[in-house]
Amino acid sequence: MEVSEREILVVEKNPMLPQIFQIRSRKQETSDTFTLELEPVEAGVEFIFKPGQFNMLYVFGVGEVPISISGDPEKVSRVTHTTRMVGTVTKAMGKLKKGDLIGVRGPFGSSWPVDKCSGCDVVIVAGGIGLAPLRPAIYYILRRRENYNKAILLYGARTPDDILYKHEIEKWKSRFDFEVYVTVDRGTSGWKGNVGVVTTLIPRAPFDPQNTIAFVCGPEIMMRFTALELIKRGVSENNIFISMERNMKCGIGLCGHCQFGPVFVCKDGPVFSYSQVKNLIFKREI
Amino acid sequence: MAIETLEKLLAEHPFFKGLKKEYLELIIGCARNVFYKPGEFIFREGEEANEFYVIRDGKVSLEFSSPGKEPIVIQTLEDGEVLGWSWLVPPYYWHFSARAVEPTRAIALDGKCLRTKCEEDHNLGYELLKRFVTIVEQRLQATRIQLLDLYGSQ
Ligand SMILES: Cc1cc2nc3c(=O)[nH]c(=O)nc-3n(C[C@H](O)[C@H](O)[C@H](O)COP(=O)(O)OP(=O)(O)OC[C@H]3O[C@@H](n4cnc5c(N)ncnc54)[C@H](O)[C@@H]3O)c2cc1C
Ligand code: FES
Repeated sequence: MEVSEREILVVEKNPMLPQIFQIRSRKQETSDTFTLELEPVEAGVEFIFKPGQFNMLYVFGVGEVPISISGDPEKVSRVTHTTRMVGTVTKAMGKLKKGDLIGVRGPFGSSWPVDKCSGCDVVIVAGGIGLAPLRPAIYYILRRRENYNKAILLYGARTPDDILYKHEIEKWKSRFDFEVYVTVDRGTSGWKGNVGVVTTLIPRAPFDPQNTIAFVCGPEIMMRFTALELIKRGVSENNIFISMERNMKCGIGLCGHCQFGPVFVCKDGPVFSYSQVKNLIFKREI
Repeated sequence: MAIETLEKLLAEHPFFKGLKKEYLELIIGCARNVFYKPGEFIFREGEEANEFYVIRDGKVSLEFSSPGKEPIVIQTLEDGEVLGWSWLVPPYYWHFSARAVEPTRAIALDGKCLRTKCEEDHNLGYELLKRFVTIVEQRLQATRIQLLDLYGSQ
């Protein structure tokens, strides 16, 4: 039987089959977090994604985990992931070196609505590792800076040693068109910046709440408190977006592992508007 | 001239918003401009608490000291924020120290004088307490969230 060109393409693009990528660089960001730059083994393949999307990364012989893409959406020859070592797969991934191979399925899921609101103030609120899924949105926005009014990043980390992308943050701070505020829960000697949780930066930040779109990413409790504080300031629930995490298996809406009330985080999310999920994130049993 | 500036600054500050003119004038009478160099203490833990501050610009850290160790910074406050409420609560001692991290300009308000005036005029006392309760509530919430170790867990 003859196989059509279209069928070959479908087989090649089977979303359940990992593509093989090679690690081109590994950078230790903090004591428990590292960034991998991956390149497809197959020559000439471009990796196109939208800010906020994730990949399923397969550590051979160990397992597969969903990890957001943390690199520049315009650099399509490589794909970047920043991962915190918490358990079996992420710790095994942390041991991989430059040159090692890794399986990649994706990109999957919804994205930050970076084009939803031209001329708006854009407020990005990140907590801990939550800066990683937001970094592609920051690259995107800074490249099209004229499309937005104010651009503000509010970032909270546990201690100064836990701050991700330190050099890049310094670079962003030196731009006149990007306001960056960093705060830590616990200052160490020599830290001259803010101390306090990230929510304390919200009342201070100079944005117009009536004309603001906010992207929030971090642990779920942090996102809940942040959303409430943004609403208190007057930002509309429809203009607040958060990125949810749930355990995943298929990543494409087939297995039900990531079900979150009526939605699947892998397919309908991970990025949701606050108004879409607010009734779910305050429920204990979900 | 200095009085005029203070009047304008306090009248426009959100903390004093909606306060009757006579009360505002009374508060302005208890106010003075202050400046702190980086590293300078505004007050120290254990000292008598007789003032509170409206930060005009700069950055102040609230810290606990522990002997032989680095001070523990619990929070930093910035432009427009109100510092200190121990002047309102007997026995009127500071429970932490406040230190300027950056060059800091502030308006210091004489809490001792205001305390007496609040005792004499409970309406003024209520107006001030209402405002301070909001700040205490905000700080309490922030401390609670901080205790959750927000970025460590899922
Ligand atoms: C859409 C999506 C995007 C994600 N993006 C990123 C990302 O960019 N970077 C990143 O580091 N992680 C990200 N995660 C989380 C990541 O998928 C999990 O940390 C990973 O699946 C844990 O697998 P493991 O085998 O290492 O841990 P497991 O062996 O499954 O778990 C070990 C322990 O770690 C705890 N744990 C599991 N997940 C987390 C977590 N997320 N945070 C803290 N503790 C956890 C478990 O409760 C358990 O106690 C994302 C998750 C989703 C759903
Ligand atoms: S992970 Fe299978 S349905 Fe979402």
